[in-house]
Amino acid sequence: MSLFKFHGGVHPPEHKLKSTAAPIRSVTMPLRLVLPLRQHVGNVAKLMVAVGDHVLKGQLLAAPDGMISAAVHAPTSGTIAAIEERLIPHASGLPDLCITLNADGEDRWGDHQPLDYQAQEKSAVLDALRLAGVVGLGGATFPSHVKLRADDAHPVLTLIINGAECEPYITCDDLLMRERALEIVRGIEIMQYLLGAKHAIIGIEDNKPEAAAAMRLACSQNSISITVATVPTLYPGGGAKQLIKVLTGLEVPSGKLPTTIGVQCFNVATAYTVHRFIDHGEPVISRVVTVTGRVAQPGNYEVPLGMEIFDLVQAAGGTADDSNGLVMGGPMMGFNLPSGHVPVVKGTNCIIASAPALFAPQPPAMPCIRCARCAEVCPVNLQPQELYWFARADNFEKARSYDLFDCIECGCCSYVCPSRIPLVQYYRYAKSEILASDKARQAANVARERNELRLARIAREKEERAAKHAERAVGARAEAGGDAKQAAIAAAMARAEAQKAEIVPQNVTDLSPLVATEIKAIDARRGKVDDRD
Amino acid sequence: MMTALLVMIGLALLLGIVLGYSALKFKVEGDPLVDKIDAILPQTQCGQCGFPGCKPYATAIAHGEADINQCPPGGEPGMRALADLLGVEPKPLNAECGTPKPKSVAVIVENLCIGCTLCIQACPVDAILGAAKQMHTVIASECTGCELCLPPCPVDCISMVPIPEKVDNWKWRYPVIEIKSLAV
Repeated sequence: MSLFKFHGGVHPPEHKLKSTAAPIRSVTMPLRLVLPLRQHVGNVAKLMVAVGDHVLKGQLLAAPDGMISAAVHAPTSGTIAAIEERLIPHASGLPDLCITLNADGEDRWGDHQPLDYQAQEKSAVLDALRLAGVVGLGGATFPSHVKLRADDAHPVLTLIINGAECEPYITCDDLLMRERALEIVRGIEIMQYLLGAKHAIIGIEDNKPEAAAAMRLACSQNSISITVATVPTLYPGGGAKQLIKVLTGLEVPSGKLPTTIGVQCFNVATAYTVHRFIDHGEPVISRVVTVTGRVAQPGNYEVPLGMEIFDLVQAAGGTADDSNGLVMGGPMMGFNLPSGHVPVVKGTNCIIASAPALFAPQPPAMPCIRCARCAEVCPVNLQPQELYWFARADNFEKARSYDLFDCIECGCCSYVCPSRIPLVQYYRYAKSEILASDKARQAANVARERNELRLARIAREKEERAAKHAERAVGARAEAGGDAKQAAIAAAMARAEAQKAEIVPQNVTDLSPLVATEIKAIDARRGKVDDRD
Repeated sequence: MMTALLVMIGLALLLGIVLGYSALKFKVEGDPLVDKIDAILPQTQCGQCGFPGCKPYATAIAHGEADINQCPPGGEPGMRALADLLGVEPKPLNAECGTPKPKSVAVIVENLCIGCTLCIQACPVDAILGAAKQMHTVIASECTGCELCLPPCPVDCISMVPIPEKVDNWKWRYPVIEIKSLAV
């Protein structure tokens, strides 16, 4: 098939051979597993167990909360020892809620059944996948059931399976394809059925000929037609949008999903986990992790999720004396782990024991010389130098208008920068500031709405009270207008009048003229007062 | 000469009619400037600006009755955004209105609360839940941190707690280059 080219890209040294010599090795089940509830993109999973509960292997520990969320399962049987905040493998180095599981050593499976996916509604199968904790294992950890849901508005014609694995050092997908090609193909078959895709293409970089051969062989044994395409090795050719461009020549529009051009992309390891769940009923409880760099036995290990990375590195023979830290992910996009005492999670594809000899400390950044080399290598056709100036000056709106959010943080720009400017760090900074201010704006809109509703409610209550008072006053007046009452009042008034008339003033005879005039004056005044009434 | 005059008068009349008609037809209800200013304000509804809420403050700014530097929750960036919108010079925040604080939420110490409902009446966004003689509680996600519930509380059982940094609200830092001390 004819291939296309994406813009830019770099050729960093690969360092892959070190970890491909040996087959995938298993590790002994650790005594304690730590399972973060946040191992995926989206909402944090909801706890389903309590401290002290005994759980079986594969049992649901935390259920997905909402649509974009994924479940967490027990990688072995044992007892829940704690549910607390612990350090997780995250760039922030902050703790988050984790389940600690003490293994009982029996490794006893709970009830699990293969799923006859063709006999059921597709939505039921997808719901099952949601409960199986299937997420994108290429590193993005986006819940797969969301991407597998066929959308009538954007039907998926081409299913692309990403076996490019472009980042240096990482070889877990390579080994998985070499050793478990049939299983992967089976997973692709299921995915293709769920999406209703017309054809499937597996993209593998040409530095993995063994993997490509294994996949070709597996595809030829399968009834459905899957194309295996070897693509030229060029970082970041394993980025979803870059691989789509290379294989189909189509470009995913800015801010849109690949489904808008009829393509959906999954990692090979995700296809493998789909097969494990559908054909064996096993949820995602382990993954293949590359352990490389300055370790005694670099290679790929099938690791239960929740195993401490320090233990994993020990299983790989421990670190060399000059090792000064651990990197999770590759050298281009990975991050330094805050400590070795963090668990392996679904997104852990590679652990590199770093050393000054491997990754020389970054020399101090020099001023940008406007060479635009970063723009030449940017795989998404951005203007990294402009984005850098805007991010540096906190000019976030401008950075956004230059499509900052299309940046995939691949690190090509920093890699070629002759001034050694940590460009990606600036973009990450600008992105998180923009996201935080968007969130604050949303919260402000909610607060405004609530305040307006409250003011409206207060005004309405005031009006209602006024109306009620008016009504009551009218009611009282109407009652006062009753005939019997009116008559009684009139009678009482008449009686009072009569009584008044009967009163005869006393001591009014034989008055001195002085007293008589005084009384007259008083009567006159009283009359005036009465008149006023 | 006459034709020119007639043409000019005719044009004047025609344009006058068009303008008059469009003034009626496309009349904008309310003051769009107030809404634009209100969109920038943080909607804390705290009243630190001296007005009974963000909308009244926005109205006052639009009418030239208030300055742009009276909103501590909006802080420096908010003031700059207002200056940009109104085309005036930025100026330092008015210290009389208060100083910017880290974003906080009100927390009611529940075993001290006597259920007087005074804080519920004070809350501008209805973020406090409770009834007379029943314990009250703050809906943390709706609380704007305006501190208006603090003064009415007769037992001082409400405190402002700054929002801690967690994995979900953590932000990447501005890249800084470490300065190394050189041996002299």
